[in-house]
Amino acid sequence: MELGSLQRRYIDFTSALFREGFLDNQYTQLQQLQDESNPEFVLEVVTLFFEDSEKLLNELSRTLDQQVVDFKKVDAHVHQLKGSSASIGAQRVKNVCMAFRNCCEERNQEGCLRWLQQVRQEYFLVKSKLETLFRLEKQILAAGGSVPVLCFLWPTHVETLSV
Amino acid sequence: MAVDPEAQFHVLAVDDSLIDRKLIERLLKTSSYQVTTVDSGSKALELLGLSEDQHISSPSSPDKNEIEVNLIITDYCMPGMTGYDLLKKIKGSSSLKDIPVVIMSSENVPSRIDRCLEGGAEEFFLKPLQLSDLIRLRPYMLKGGKLKEQQQHHHHHPSPPHQETNGAISSSSSSSSSNTSRSNKRKAMDEEGLSPEKTRPRFSGSSLALASYQETT
Repeated sequence: MELGSLQRRYIDFTSALFREGFLDNQYTQLQQLQDESNPEFVLEVVTLFFEDSEKLLNELSRTLDQQVVDFKKVDAHVHQLKGSSASIGAQRVKNVCMAFRNCCEERNQEGCLRWLQQVRQEYFLVKSKLETLFRLEKQILAAGGSVPVLCFLWPTHVETLSV
Repeated sequence: MAVDPEAQFHVLAVDDSLIDRKLIERLLKTSSYQVTTVDSGSKALELLGLSEDQHISSPSSPDKNEIEVNLIITDYCMPGMTGYDLLKKIKGSSSLKDIPVVIMSSENVPSRIDRCLEGGAEEFFLKPLQLSDLIRLRPYMLKGGKLKEQQQHHHHHPSPPHQETNGAISSSSSSSSSNTSRSNKRKAMDEEGLSPEKTRPRFSGSSLALASYQETT
């Protein structure tokens, strides 16, 4: 695919991610922390997030599968997952975690199991989206182009910048 | 201990989350701070030359690796020693009590914020930390390191700048820089009524715009 359409595709894809709430402003913050001295920063942090999350999801399954559920443990895991998803801007995962924690407080095993399913779903969704994003970036760079940077502006000060 | 006039401002960051440690390290380094990260309060105390059950640091011994720290930033929720526990230990130590301590938390709990500020914390940040939040650390940079001798003049917080040169950052800092000192610290509490997590604006995807093309080398 030629460079121009790759970049357009990237812009459309990224805009959709933000519009649909998969990612929030914190992801943009991560991008702003990346530069020539740390060219892989976003990828490194997101990879850590993937590893951490999958570990946590497995732990959650295990803990909720017990006869007598240790809800404190469940809550601790969800708290951690909420924190890391917030740190990388994975908004939907974070939101589900918040609801999940309420169930933990109520010590509702069935409810928690349902939320676990939800959070798992959201996690794998955002994971595949981010992987697509990284793949597109790689393709753009391989085609000799530069990766478009999108940033948030004040709702009342939307500026149209030429592409 | 002699103060090296060329020394960079050194921040000790304490957080049990690897992701958050990586983030804060990058944030601080981007702002030209020297950073050391540890994953627990007890490791922090060890580094500072204070063992957990002591209130005075041991006299310099050859095998003790004490470092000079100008500011400590710590997560609140940590297993074992919480950020609050760490704060109390530091403020209770004659050798360490003057080091400013800043607490971060992912949860906006007014009573928690109050407790930390009353316990001697200089600032309370909501996580995740952003570049615009670091403006609030600048007053402490002036006090530590090379200007240590002059620090007792006037405990005055300069008002943070309202504009950053970077276009993307300016939009997020201009709303949160509307006040200084105490009212700034209360920000997390006061804005609780507005919406769940607002000490800084969150933007909807509809205001997304194309800023620039990142240049590759």
